[in-house]
Amino acid sequence: MTVHVAPKSPKPLSRRTILQTGAAAGGGLLLGFQSPFAAAAIPNATDGAMPETGPFAPDAFIRIDRAGRVSLIMPQAEMGQGVYTAHAMIIAEELDAAFDTVSVQASPPSDALYGNPIFGIQATGNSNSVRAFWTKLRQAGASARAMLVEAAATQWKVDPASCTASNSEVIHTASGRKLAYGALADAAAKVSPPAKPVLKNPKDFKLIGKPLKRLDTPDKVNGNALYGIDMMPAGVKFATIAACPVFGGKVAHVDDSAAKVIPGVRQIVVLDDLVAVVGDHMWAAKTGLSALTITWDEGPNAHVDSATVWKDIKAASEQEGAVAKTVGDAKKALQDGDAIEAHYELPFLAHAPMEPINCTVHVRPDGCDVWVGTQVQARTQAIAAKVTGLPLAKITLHNQLLGGGFGRRLEVDGIEKALRVGQKVDGPVKVVYTREEDIQHDAYRPVYYDRITATLKDGRIDGWNHRITGSSIMARWFPLGFSHGVDIDGVDSAIDEPYDIPNMRVEFVRHEPPAVSTGFWRGVGPNNNVFAIESFIDELAKKAGRDPVDFRLAMLAKKTPRLAAALKLAAQKSGWGSPLPPRTGRGVAVQVSFASFIATIAEVEVDREGHVRVHRITSAVDTGIAVNPDSIVAQLQGGLIFGTTAALYGEITIDKGRVQQSNFNNYRMLRIDETPAIDVHLIESGEAPGGIGETGTTAAPPALRNAIYAATGIPLRRLPFDREVLAGRKRV
Amino acid sequence: MTKLQINGQVREVDVPDDMPLLWVLRDVVGLTGTKFGCGIAQCGACTVHLDGKAVRSCFLPVGEIGNRAITTIEAVGETSVGAEVQKAWLDLEVVQCGYCQSGQIMSAAALLATTPHPDDSDIDAAMAGNICRCGTYVRIRAAIKKAAGAQQA
Repeated sequence: MTVHVAPKSPKPLSRRTILQTGAAAGGGLLLGFQSPFAAAAIPNATDGAMPETGPFAPDAFIRIDRAGRVSLIMPQAEMGQGVYTAHAMIIAEELDAAFDTVSVQASPPSDALYGNPIFGIQATGNSNSVRAFWTKLRQAGASARAMLVEAAATQWKVDPASCTASNSEVIHTASGRKLAYGALADAAAKVSPPAKPVLKNPKDFKLIGKPLKRLDTPDKVNGNALYGIDMMPAGVKFATIAACPVFGGKVAHVDDSAAKVIPGVRQIVVLDDLVAVVGDHMWAAKTGLSALTITWDEGPNAHVDSATVWKDIKAASEQEGAVAKTVGDAKKALQDGDAIEAHYELPFLAHAPMEPINCTVHVRPDGCDVWVGTQVQARTQAIAAKVTGLPLAKITLHNQLLGGGFGRRLEVDGIEKALRVGQKVDGPVKVVYTREEDIQHDAYRPVYYDRITATLKDGRIDGWNHRITGSSIMARWFPLGFSHGVDIDGVDSAIDEPYDIPNMRVEFVRHEPPAVSTGFWRGVGPNNNVFAIESFIDELAKKAGRDPVDFRLAMLAKKTPRLAAALKLAAQKSGWGSPLPPRTGRGVAVQVSFASFIATIAEVEVDREGHVRVHRITSAVDTGIAVNPDSIVAQLQGGLIFGTTAALYGEITIDKGRVQQSNFNNYRMLRIDETPAIDVHLIESGEAPGGIGETGTTAAPPALRNAIYAATGIPLRRLPFDREVLAGRKRV
Repeated sequence: MTKLQINGQVREVDVPDDMPLLWVLRDVVGLTGTKFGCGIAQCGACTVHLDGKAVRSCFLPVGEIGNRAITTIEAVGETSVGAEVQKAWLDLEVVQCGYCQSGQIMSAAALLATTPHPDDSDIDAAMAGNICRCGTYVRIRAAIKKAAGAQQA
């Protein structure tokens, strides 16, 4: 198998404009966006640069050269979720390309060519790579296949309908003649694309639905894979930076006398808000930075602490919010019944991808190269143009594999800082954050405060009011997603909660925390909402005297049958209801998030000191058509662990305007010796594919919380789980 | 000048004695398969072998290495144990983002070299120093057992 995930050497891709690549390029494949935002957001055309690797380039995604090599250009960033393989499978399926010969490469920056059909901009997030591009990539493959078939039929002087394609060849069924795609590349380039490409019937899929080996992994087990941090353009220097530890602070004075004399230190760059040391290697940069005496002007945020953050958000949550959804008459139902109320709190979280934030730049008067792993290619190009003052066409982005994204690389703050440092350095410079800088200068998962009030009637929920208070990330990151006071991500999985509730109401109170910047974190809005809702559902089940699984099933059966089926399967596979030892419990959580239907059951043990041991997690998953089932299982396994880390340990706290955590010793990650057994059961489905990358992260915390509730009777209301509360030394 | 034996070759590098091996490998020698994760020996992304034992290269000054043989991810596949581990990693599709996996594979290969048939507690002890943020631990455990089985056969 020939696989080229990323260019081996940081050489610029060859470039030409969309108009030069053939008649098909501007065609209907770029239209048909599914999202209400896309039309407004696109096209903010960039330079339209496209890779050129063969005469047959029917659209932005497919290149076939005369030797028959099929290169697929990947619109989305590969950050471990397996999107390169899934997208290649979707295109190759409709193209009838031999999968073991396709190669993939990162797309250049272009919202117009590679924009995500759901967002309208080039962004990898919201677990939507497969569902956003599902139709578009199938059409691209089918269209190219039709052009190849027509080229062959013309050569044979036969009806195209009498030909088929398979394994990168066109076959004339009656005569048995065959022509390889490579031999047809020139002729196919002259064929007009079909107005409406015919897609396969899913029952004829040969690749989709098979657990195929990933294209990006062979180079990841032998050290050959290249991430942004591995870029070594000729003459590169190495830098590390310190921004003011207090959010928003500035540099007042720098004494560099001790740093300058360290061997290997080449340059000290002092900017308004940060200091960088540039050296012959990272060690020189790091020791140089430690040797600086920096006096900071801490600015107005030096008093901010976590206690203030929580006091403020709690106060904000007492006001009524913007109404995001109403069904029936929730206010009346809540007045008529015996209302039960609870509130839930989620802390700030850092992303901490294993590859610390880094970016290599070469800023010149006439152009700029940027080597980085980013989830937002066109935004990266745009920030480089903005910082340098160069036109977009002079900015070359070399996107690399991402050593974890989790939302951190939807932000360009680290890239912007590297560019500003790079402007002061002669030649290329690689700026690498220390882990401490990475954790202390993130865009944090916001704190949330949820208040839910409900009434019960005949063992079911009758009235429901869910008030979500938190930051609007959309207002900053994607303003179209914040309107009339409602952040669409902030209410995701709350306005579309799965239960049949006759009177329900969801409100959003936008409350920005002081000083701390907020950003998307794996699981995004549903993380908060699924935790609050599913925790509360367990409290309601107890009030109603019902089993948590039965209580849910009764309210799911009619409205969300796919979720009910998943819940039944998870209950059966987990042994729900069978006896357990003392201080051990099972907890359930269900969700319709990212268009997937998932039920999760956790089994935990809580000792007298409040330590939580997670024994087993079982998930049943209906994600529609499973493009690569093994990748889906892997994403669930990993996502559940990511969520378990958050539930057991994850919290960023603020004191004197600065983050108190700094590295993995005090911002703890789950390790292999704490990892439970994980069973994931996929439910076969012919529905359109759902999203999967973030679902495990969303599922784990409420399932674990409810398992603790079952084991101890303690209704935890905040994350991470407080061991003092579980040990009985502190109240909930 | 410091003489280092890296992947069977002698390399002379002009670096300070207190410089951690990690940065010598990555920034001076150009072997970027060994990764930087934390800089304080907490995550294991930088794991290499020193005379076959797993060590955290971010915390190991080059001046302390002497004649001991350094093996990195780029060469671990030349040992039979290393090759089996890499194969098991691909057979079970362990890898997600992959950034920590160089270190995971180096720790696993060192474990299997001394403990050909590790039980779960051996695996816990040898691998708990390696963080995987993608959460591939379930498959790491299975792949180590698979590689151990292959060694037996």
